[in-house]
Amino acid sequence: MMTDKPVNEAMYKRGLYRIEENERLTESVWRMTLKGDTQWITAPGQFVNIALEGHYLRRPISVCDWDDERIVLIYKVVGDGTAQMGRMEAGEDLDLLTGLGNGFSTRIDARRPLLVGGGVGVPPLYGLARRLLDAGRQVGVVLGFNTEAEIFYEEEFRRLGCSVTVATADGSRGVKGFVTTAIAEEKLDFDYFYACGPLPMLHALYNAVEQDGQLSFEERMGCGFGACMGCSCKTRYGNKRICKEGPVLEKGEIIW
Amino acid sequence: MVEKQTIQPGVAAGVDTTVELCGVRLDNPVVPASGTFGYGNEFKDFYDINILGSFSFKGTTREARFGNPTPRIAECTEGMINAVGLQNPGIDAVIRHELPRLRSFFRKPVIANISGFSVEEYAYCCERIDKQEQVGIIEVNVSCPNVRHGGMSFGTSPEAAAEVTRAVKAVTTKPVFIKLSPNVTDIVAIARACEEAGADGISLINTVLGMRIDVARRRPVIANTMGGFSGPAIFPLAVRMVYQVARACRIPVMGCGGVRSARDVIEMMMAGATAVQVGAANLVNPYASKEIIEALPGEMRRLGIERLSDIIGIA
Repeated sequence: MMTDKPVNEAMYKRGLYRIEENERLTESVWRMTLKGDTQWITAPGQFVNIALEGHYLRRPISVCDWDDERIVLIYKVVGDGTAQMGRMEAGEDLDLLTGLGNGFSTRIDARRPLLVGGGVGVPPLYGLARRLLDAGRQVGVVLGFNTEAEIFYEEEFRRLGCSVTVATADGSRGVKGFVTTAIAEEKLDFDYFYACGPLPMLHALYNAVEQDGQLSFEERMGCGFGACMGCSCKTRYGNKRICKEGPVLEKGEIIW
Repeated sequence: MVEKQTIQPGVAAGVDTTVELCGVRLDNPVVPASGTFGYGNEFKDFYDINILGSFSFKGTTREARFGNPTPRIAECTEGMINAVGLQNPGIDAVIRHELPRLRSFFRKPVIANISGFSVEEYAYCCERIDKQEQVGIIEVNVSCPNVRHGGMSFGTSPEAAAEVTRAVKAVTTKPVFIKLSPNVTDIVAIARACEEAGADGISLINTVLGMRIDVARRRPVIANTMGGFSGPAIFPLAVRMVYQVARACRIPVMGCGGVRSARDVIEMMMAGATAVQVGAANLVNPYASKEIIEALPGEMRRLGIERLSDIIGIA
């Protein structure tokens, strides 16, 4: 019998974080390394909520990776707020809420998990891959992008020790098609999956594979810490907040 | 159980920040507004919420509600639009689960925000909440802009607002505040109708009906098309309406709308508010209410205010 996934009860805090690096990975994707208190981040797939001068609401960005004193964020410039982040330089400070959300659980029985990322959904899978490898798992990764120029982190995943398959929608690199095409054509062998990416990708993956897994969702948020009820969704275990009980939901609880 | 003391910044600084709302004494006038503070649980992880004057819990209805489809949130210049649509677990779950949990970390009387889709539903919920010792004040929301055939429709006519007020007053001995909508032509007439119908106080303003369009998609940002606009952009509107209502009524006013600083609290009180609600600010800075309370004594001293209750309606 499936049980409700426990909510992350860890505390979260606001703090100032200093930008150490802010570099462009592709035309519209950037990587920012921040220095500061990381103790509230307890699982891959959690996110931070960033206050930006001149913007009323914070910007939720998933954590790509972290250690005892640094957070790595990979973000896509999609509007004024993220464009402003792209213009920031090393030495500037950012006001962050950290440790937000219920991330990926690595306490699974699976031996050969497959990590499936689409576009800017790829980053949180990096921190997840590192931790799964540390736990002795054999990690496969499928990365889906629109075109070759948008690909990032393929080499980084390989360097960790993952077997990496790339799919591009236009066929300019790797398998032509979607992540689901790559899984089918390459007959990828896995006993569990983790996914983060656009909603159509998550839905297609959910329908295409039999294995159990965890999927990370996106929604417009007000606060990011469960107070405003702006990002609610319905699940088999009742209403959940993408920012609090999510963004990661188990396959078995999702209602499309 | 030994209860630890929460030090009030006003007491420590030697100024008097206390106010009284219909016999309920508040250590300070700062009250997080309904819908921005849940049932307190999300904020207890950030700070000891006993520093608050009180808080108004999430608008609660007879039945559990999921609310509107997402997206429910749109960003604006100096504010935000929400169209949550009164998502709540229903009055019975609030009494059974939320209030007992709240008791474990909040020692003060809480304000119960009640909403409904019929006069009977308002009365039913208020009768249930009347028996809850933890509830100091009932705030009746006749101003939610995000639900059809309910909420705001009771707050846009003096007759309907008075009818809800009478029905609720008949089933409770607790002080009843009616929370009014700014989306009306004459808020004073509605406030006076509530007062005549027996309301003990008025809360205002709820959010202002607003809308954003995603110009790239050529569609409204919010799934429900329109929503309630809140944040610093509406502060002058709120001050004006608090001023108008406080002058026209004898019952106390809880001012609400765009408050983000101790100075805003003082301004709202000078307009006529006895207590001041902080709303959207809690969502962008979870420490907002705490920081405002901590800044109040310093701001009072700078402005030559010894007792905060002295400035109510002074403008």
